[in-house]
Amino acid sequence: MTTHDTRPGSTGGADTPGPLYGGPDDDYTPEQLAALPPEELDRLGARYDGVEILHVEPGPEPGSPMEKRAVRQVGLLFALAGLSAFAFCVVYAGAGWFLPDWQWELGSSTFSTLYTPLLGLFMALAFTFFGIGLVLYTKKLLPHETAVQDKHDGSHFDRVTTGATLIGGLHNSGLKRRKLLTRSLVFMGGGLGLMLVAPLGGLIKNPNRGNPLGTTEWAEGVRLVRDDGTPIRPGDQVPGSLETVFPAVPGGNHLSDAATMLIRLRPAQQAEAVPRAGQEDFGYGDYVAYSKICTHAGCPVSLYEQETSRILCPCHQSQFDVTQGAKPIFGPATRSLPQLPITVDDEGFFVARSDYIEAVGPTYWNRERI
Amino acid sequence: MARTATAPGAPKTLAGRAALEVDDRLIVAGPLRRTLNKVFPDHWSFLLGEIALYSFVILLLTGTYLTFFFQASMTEVTYDGSYAPLRGVDMSIAYASTLDLSFDVRGGLLIRQIHHWAALLFVASIIVHMLRIFFTGAFRRPRETNWLIGVALLVLALVEGMTGYTMPDDLLSGTGLRIISAIILSIPVIGTWAHWAVFGGDFVGDLIIGRFYIVHVLLIPAIILGLIAVHLLILVKQKHTQFPGPGRTEHNVVGSRLFPTFAGKATGLLLVVFGVCAALGGLVQINPVWLWGPYNPAQVSAASQPDWYVMFLDGSTRLFPAWDIYLPGNYNIPALFWPTLVLPGILFTLLALYPFIERKLTGDTASHHLLQRPRDVPVRTSLGVMALAFYVVLLLSGGNDVIADKFDISLNAMTWIGRIGLIILPPIAYVITYRICLGLQQHDREVLEHGIETGVIRRLPHGEFIEVHQPLGPVDEHGHGALAYGGAPVPKKMNQVGGARRAIRGFFSPIEEPAAVQLEQAGEERGLASTDPQRELTSSGRPAEGGRPSEGGRPSEGGRPSEGGRPSEGGRPQEPRD
Repeated sequence: MTTHDTRPGSTGGADTPGPLYGGPDDDYTPEQLAALPPEELDRLGARYDGVEILHVEPGPEPGSPMEKRAVRQVGLLFALAGLSAFAFCVVYAGAGWFLPDWQWELGSSTFSTLYTPLLGLFMALAFTFFGIGLVLYTKKLLPHETAVQDKHDGSHFDRVTTGATLIGGLHNSGLKRRKLLTRSLVFMGGGLGLMLVAPLGGLIKNPNRGNPLGTTEWAEGVRLVRDDGTPIRPGDQVPGSLETVFPAVPGGNHLSDAATMLIRLRPAQQAEAVPRAGQEDFGYGDYVAYSKICTHAGCPVSLYEQETSRILCPCHQSQFDVTQGAKPIFGPATRSLPQLPITVDDEGFFVARSDYIEAVGPTYWNRERI
Repeated sequence: MARTATAPGAPKTLAGRAALEVDDRLIVAGPLRRTLNKVFPDHWSFLLGEIALYSFVILLLTGTYLTFFFQASMTEVTYDGSYAPLRGVDMSIAYASTLDLSFDVRGGLLIRQIHHWAALLFVASIIVHMLRIFFTGAFRRPRETNWLIGVALLVLALVEGMTGYTMPDDLLSGTGLRIISAIILSIPVIGTWAHWAVFGGDFVGDLIIGRFYIVHVLLIPAIILGLIAVHLLILVKQKHTQFPGPGRTEHNVVGSRLFPTFAGKATGLLLVVFGVCAALGGLVQINPVWLWGPYNPAQVSAASQPDWYVMFLDGSTRLFPAWDIYLPGNYNIPALFWPTLVLPGILFTLLALYPFIERKLTGDTASHHLLQRPRDVPVRTSLGVMALAFYVVLLLSGGNDVIADKFDISLNAMTWIGRIGLIILPPIAYVITYRICLGLQQHDREVLEHGIETGVIRRLPHGEFIEVHQPLGPVDEHGHGALAYGGAPVPKKMNQVGGARRAIRGFFSPIEEPAAVQLEQAGEERGLASTDPQRELTSSGRPAEGGRPSEGGRPSEGGRPSEGGRPSEGGRPQEPRD
């Protein structure tokens, strides 16, 4: 054995190029191809790709009025597109420079309110003119050809040979005989798969620790305050009115489950009021307080029509009757709005007597169990 | 290579030499030629999927721009930007940065509104594209894979849209998020655990916007992009379907090549889609979050609705009766679970499995590359319209409060109309569609058999008036057309078969010679008997001389109703662009 390998492909050997990649260069010599006009070459290549050009409707005669008109149209559209694009840039950059300022302020010029519409308009015109021009170009100036391309089904030869290669590889791996390998592979795959998803466990948290869904910030002696933090006395509201109140705790007006409606019933409403069983004393005089969080999907039920005593949730139109313990009387909600037991403290302001006695907000699987 | 570089025909121009240099290294000439020569069939309905693709391009471009300014944080700040009415209001950074990119970023509002409009267009075009695929049977073997990918893309687009409109953390999106939270809570057994996993605790916490953000800008777009790539690769590999017509078979594609015609038109469409989105984004205000205000769990506005593509689920939620299911052990399944999770689950599963269901029921397992006209498959068409009726009732119910308000109808009546309509309208839609399909089928066959109504009334010698019919092809001894229905549109007007010459072009003055137009039309061989100088429109179909009209127009002996009568499915492919 020599130290100098002289086989082809390594140093010193004679290397000969194989056949060219792709097209049938053997059938068509460069001389033959050079003799063909471009249209013929185009069709030849197309035929090689299984495409037959059946019919070509040539574009308009060069120099004909048709062509001139089409060129004028397309050229005009392209020019308008360019013009609009430049106009966009002028408005975009010119605002606050040689045009009025673009930023909207109370009482500022009309230009600032027109700024975004102008930008959109010019951008739209630029794109649309360009697009229409291009479509007209292909429709009016390009030849229209009808081409047919063959569609091939899968080849039996390919299927059989590829199958043989795959089966050969599988056979050579010997996985069928080497059971230990197969089993350890399955074991490893399971382990690896589990390992890869395991970090998602960081997302898992226990929702049952401390009953977060069943409790709110309301507690005995917590004052009912308005959004601005002022407490409420029984005489502050007129009969038939509704006010949204929050617990007097820091950030109480941004809690997602504590918002409560303090409603003063009209005498007629109170006369016919039927509180829920066991909750007859939750109100205070003609005042009742219900959770504002809809028991259906959690939206704030906001629309109170005091003539009919109905509270409507604007999200899915559940309706609750305040004279019947906020029982749902129409729509998809299934449970009454929870009632907050209220009373008045030593200084004459409304306070809660306790937290809600049931979970507020939407129903969930184990709600009744907590 | 030296051989080609010095061979005759070696490029002499700069561009040609550069191309040779490139191909010497990358060998792309062959694949490029194959791509440029690829034939695409031409039909307006094939553009719907393209619109979806182009609006996705807009979404990627504008969305990337928005990330330069948007901050997905729920930390509370006091607003101090340009929008005076909200100055001094506490809000999350997400909402504040949305205001900033609307009011303090030059042109930011335009991009934000284009993004929103393009999202609406994206889902809309996917759905309309899907309807086209459904009603023409383009999902049949071998294209089931692409149908499944399409359904997956639709679902992802919905989730993408939903996470997207949650981003600004305004009052409307926060209300939507509250409902999403309630929906997650309503899942039996694992609802609370799932909620704690998604939100990182009780509603609302301070994580959810950040989480939705990364889902919205990275996870789902990446999956959508990958699926679109596969969708298009399969399309290219399997070649596009085409409607039946002259010269079109299961084994070819008739149309125009990618370059330059198809590429020109597709680019034109791309630009028009861009233009429409820019016009909407600039001229038509959408989601003015500064009017809604920051999210506050205690506030809501009337007519709170999601974007249109989620409205059908909002509608189903409004219509579903108040049916909590109580189970032993004080467990319960909330009513909310059925219309928001089970219903879409069933709908999308049925949608995904439809090709397989149809294949099972019809036993049709063959490969199909020719499309069907909806009328020719009345059961499928009627099922589709039935599903559409179901969907439209849900969609309208999603805005039933607005309808009730604007048309002064009782809100509760609207709910009941929706509930009843949801059950009775789909079957009615099925029956009506079925009858329409049969009627259209029969009309096609009637025209094939008896010819086109010419509008020419003749009075026969014995006083009877008949309308002259133009047969579409050869007729038998009874005057009945011999052409069979081929799944392609049947011409039903004389103009469609060359009964009239086309108008001379030119607005103020003619820009073409009338004689040239006549020649051109003669050369086109378009339509019926255009080459037959002796054709007699008033004599075809009905015997010109004598015959017994009561017998359905028997041609006279020696009459020549068939010669020159050109079948609509002749040997020559129909021009697709007229």
